[in-house]
Amino acid sequence: MNDLPLLTIMMVVPLVGAAVIALLPAGSARLARPIALGTSLVTLALALVAWARFDSGSSERYQLTETHSWIPQFGVSYAVGVDGIALSLIVMAAILTPVCLLAAWNDLEGTPDGDDPKRTKTYFALMLTLLTFMVGVFAARDVFLFYVFFEAMLIPVYFLIGLFGGPRRQYAAVKFILFSLAGGLIMLVAVIALYIYGPGGEQGFLYEVLEGNVGGSTAAQRWMFIGFFIALAIKAPMWPVHTWLPDAAAEARPATAVLLVGVLDKVGTFGMIRFCLGFFPEASKWATPVVITLAVISILYGALLAIGSRDIMRLIAFTSISHFGFIVLGIFAMTSTAGNGSALYMINHGFSTAGLFLLAGFLIARHGSQRLADYGGWQRVTPVLAGTFLVAGLSSLALPGLSSYVSEFLVLAGTFQRYPWVAAISTLGIVLAALYILLMYKRVFTGPRPTFSDAGSGVTAPRDLGLRERIVVVPIIASFLVLGIYPKPVLDLVSPAVQQTLQLVGVSDPAPTNATGSAQ
Amino acid sequence: MNASALLAAEAEVAAATGITAYAWLLIGLPLLGAGILLLGGKATNAWGHYLATALSWASFVLGLLITLSMIGRGAEERAMSVGGWNWVPAGQFQLETGLLVDQLSVSFVLLITFVGSLIHVYSIGYMEHDPDRRRFFAYLNLFVAAMLLLVLADSYLLLFVGWEGVGLASYLLIGFWNHNPAYATAANKAFFVNRVGDVGMSIAIMFMFATFGSVDFATVNAGAAEAGSTAMTVLGLLLLVGACAKSAQFPLQSWLGDAMAGPTPVSALIHAATMVTAGVYLIVRSNAVFDAAPNAQLAVAIVGAITLLYGAIVGCAKDDIKKALAASTMSQIGYMMLAAGLGPVGYAFAIFHLITHGFFKAGMFLGAGSVMHGMNDQVDMRRFGGLSGAMKITWATFALGWLAILGVPPFSGFWSKDKIIEAAFIGEGWRPWVLGGIALLGAGITAFYMSRLFFMTFHGKKRWTDDVHPHESPLTMTIPMMVLAVGSGLLGLVLSWGGMFTSWLEPVTGGHGEEHPVLPVPVLIGLTMLLVAAGAAYAWMLYWRDEVPQVAPRGSLATQAARADLYQDAINEGLFMRPGTHLTRALVFTDGKGVDGLVGSLAATVGGLSSRLRRIQTGYARSYALTMLTGVVAVLGALWVMN
Repeated sequence: MNDLPLLTIMMVVPLVGAAVIALLPAGSARLARPIALGTSLVTLALALVAWARFDSGSSERYQLTETHSWIPQFGVSYAVGVDGIALSLIVMAAILTPVCLLAAWNDLEGTPDGDDPKRTKTYFALMLTLLTFMVGVFAARDVFLFYVFFEAMLIPVYFLIGLFGGPRRQYAAVKFILFSLAGGLIMLVAVIALYIYGPGGEQGFLYEVLEGNVGGSTAAQRWMFIGFFIALAIKAPMWPVHTWLPDAAAEARPATAVLLVGVLDKVGTFGMIRFCLGFFPEASKWATPVVITLAVISILYGALLAIGSRDIMRLIAFTSISHFGFIVLGIFAMTSTAGNGSALYMINHGFSTAGLFLLAGFLIARHGSQRLADYGGWQRVTPVLAGTFLVAGLSSLALPGLSSYVSEFLVLAGTFQRYPWVAAISTLGIVLAALYILLMYKRVFTGPRPTFSDAGSGVTAPRDLGLRERIVVVPIIASFLVLGIYPKPVLDLVSPAVQQTLQLVGVSDPAPTNATGSAQ
Repeated sequence: MNASALLAAEAEVAAATGITAYAWLLIGLPLLGAGILLLGGKATNAWGHYLATALSWASFVLGLLITLSMIGRGAEERAMSVGGWNWVPAGQFQLETGLLVDQLSVSFVLLITFVGSLIHVYSIGYMEHDPDRRRFFAYLNLFVAAMLLLVLADSYLLLFVGWEGVGLASYLLIGFWNHNPAYATAANKAFFVNRVGDVGMSIAIMFMFATFGSVDFATVNAGAAEAGSTAMTVLGLLLLVGACAKSAQFPLQSWLGDAMAGPTPVSALIHAATMVTAGVYLIVRSNAVFDAAPNAQLAVAIVGAITLLYGAIVGCAKDDIKKALAASTMSQIGYMMLAAGLGPVGYAFAIFHLITHGFFKAGMFLGAGSVMHGMNDQVDMRRFGGLSGAMKITWATFALGWLAILGVPPFSGFWSKDKIIEAAFIGEGWRPWVLGGIALLGAGITAFYMSRLFFMTFHGKKRWTDDVHPHESPLTMTIPMMVLAVGSGLLGLVLSWGGMFTSWLEPVTGGHGEEHPVLPVPVLIGLTMLLVAAGAAYAWMLYWRDEVPQVAPRGSLATQAARADLYQDAINEGLFMRPGTHLTRALVFTDGKGVDGLVGSLAATVGGLSSRLRRIQTGYARSYALTMLTGVVAVLGALWVMN
């Protein structure tokens, strides 16, 4: 049993599901949805098994490993394996996928060609394919394999946006693919250089082979760092290479936006921990001032643009730019506190952004508009939607007691140890967060009850959240509460990985300035 | 108490035994109520408010039992800690949840649950016809739970959870009738201003972690004395920023007046008796930090002094009964802040005044609610007058609160406020004269504006609009008012009997030597009484004896300024909101044109390429798989060539 290739199975299962959906006869295209949901639930179960199998106390850097020679001439292996950070992200992706599938259940109804069986099949098959790649990109233990998944992910997302998105979907999809490809090409150069400067050999691309063993001059290391960093910063996304995200998120289906912003973009910050810090510790320290500056700009800039947004989906996308700023800040603060904070933040942000995007999607499905100005007074119309939206918003603004607060505080407190002023300035972000969330809530949900019936048109007031929609919301809100009150399971998972990363970088935590207090 | 003694004292906090071990239930019971009411939906409409009220009382009973068991122990063994769970184990940062049940926290527990439960009862009557009554009671229970967490937490981070929880409840309740856009704006304003304070609080907590390696009270208290006065001054000022926002102190006071948009029971509980006093609690709880930072302490006293005058001046010009009371709350909390800024001589009196104020101000707010209930929800005192005949119970209970806030002996406020005035006169140099002088002056102005409020509402000629038929409120409303009125009358006397309350708090606030004001105490009491009498008499002339105009006269420049809250909103708007709006707009513009434009032109360059690409985007998965494969092969080929 211990040799069960769990991670590979988790990649194969959704792919099989996607293949089954693709082969469905046109007459039974409706089966695509339950098949997709069932497949994703099986994957989730496997992810939970993986979590149970994972031993946080073990000193093994990577667990659940599988290694098969693939292209030994170039040191490329099919190697998978996870540390706590990777596993937590996989579990998150496995939870969010069925949630998104359920949220997207009726996405195609009422659209042009909505009952086209081919479209239904394509839509749900693409989501499952995406799940395979999401698991793969985090589970990879070989840089080349990671790169393959990193690029392969673009394809389902491109189609999900380009085929099923909003009115400007073509523009958004092309912009997304151009940015991503540009980043990918830069990374490819760095990947090739990594092979040249690494120890080489038949398994020269394995993470554990490269970690601490990348040679080359200081300049070469810095160039490789830059190559990885640019690609990952585009993915993350950080200011100033963020501009693809608002368009992509605004044009994508809400469920696609969740997987894109909540999961795929985490590859950016995940990669910074894994590659930037893990492979190029000296270059990371060298680049820290610049990266931290960009992170702080992202925090404030994203928040200010969110405040100025007139489109709900764009607004949520901008909040994510701000949140990713926090995650990057915590990674490059290089303290165990901030590192744990960032790792936890990646999970919490996935759920809070899912809450906002999906609930905004439910709202938009009822009213057909993404413009904030078209709303007002909806609390009187859809109280449950309003209440759950507020909770998701409060999670986004990191209300203490909810999950995102713990991570945001850890990031800031860990940053404060090294860079008090940076942490203090970033803390201004919490005021801006209150502004963008509560102003949005006010515009959409407060005010006098709107009227819906245009003289005899037979339009009735929209209904509140239905059963399916409520089921979608439950796991998301549960995560806010559970991880706010008891984040220990996730922290226990990521903590050893954070510690190992800091050891690779060769930094230790600053001691408290006043020793008397800590002696207790 | 020196540092090592403090260290020893902190180390002595024993694990809770007996009834105290159930302290989590204090928070859990109302939280359960909030959960049931919010999740239960319409099914709980019929009985939800009774459940919420019962759970709030249950929490009070438990609090009372815990207090009684504490009284039964010796002074050294009264504080107990209640363990929780391993909350944030994150590398260097390790924190467990836990409660600290000591003299200070149980004093708050009793105030919160007792006044809170009375207000639950009152709300049963007050909110009877509101379609969203269930939601209202859910929020009330949520508030009680969060406030109890705030005062019981044993670390700053857990305190902050309660701190934001009460802020959330406040936001939800101010905006309870948010179909009125102005009320929704008021709710947002309260949250935003409090977030500014949260920046201070958050940085303070980070600062503690960086300095002491932990953020629990025990570690911070133990280390404060030796951490150096510069560090502690920074920490103290950061905490003060947080306290200013929560307690509506200058310069973060602007939200409180607008917060009166909430239903009146909310104004009584949250925006008078409990939540807004959390800042005072924070300062007193952090006494070890402030004792090590005289400059931060002085800043607290100055903020308190400024605010007590600010609130009093604003209170003189308000015609809206709730806004006048809100200004008064600000001013009274200014007194508490002033006391807290005086150090060990003042801490206990700050809390003492906080408790008595909790009773008489809540009582008066409920009285105002009762008046509004009988007057079609009108709030303009210029259209009240002569209500003493129509609403006898309201009038009588309000009168007790009025006498208490004036500081007339033997009513509650006398015992607490007069002690603050005396304490403010203790010290050397300019401080006692300035701080004491302001406290004394404030007492006179308080007498004027509170008498103005009382006379305009209950006495003088009737200036009612034609459609009102004032009547006394139902018993569910008047009984809580009567209970609070008894407290307004007697609580001060009872608690100060033999210095009972101050010596009760001494293990927490620290003892201090016998110190004397720069003027003899009888002289101070005499001066205070003289000013109070003068203020009340002046109000009597203007607002009882003389006719009160139904429309406010234009007034002097000073009156206009006070009526406009001394232009606080205009200042905030000019300094922060407008520049902020411009910045946001500018950024939105450049994000669309600048950064994006650059990328856009890049995209245009490859436009030809992409249009060709589009042609091969056939939508067939197989052709893409082929493309991908080709790409992979190309890359591998490149690698092979390089080797």
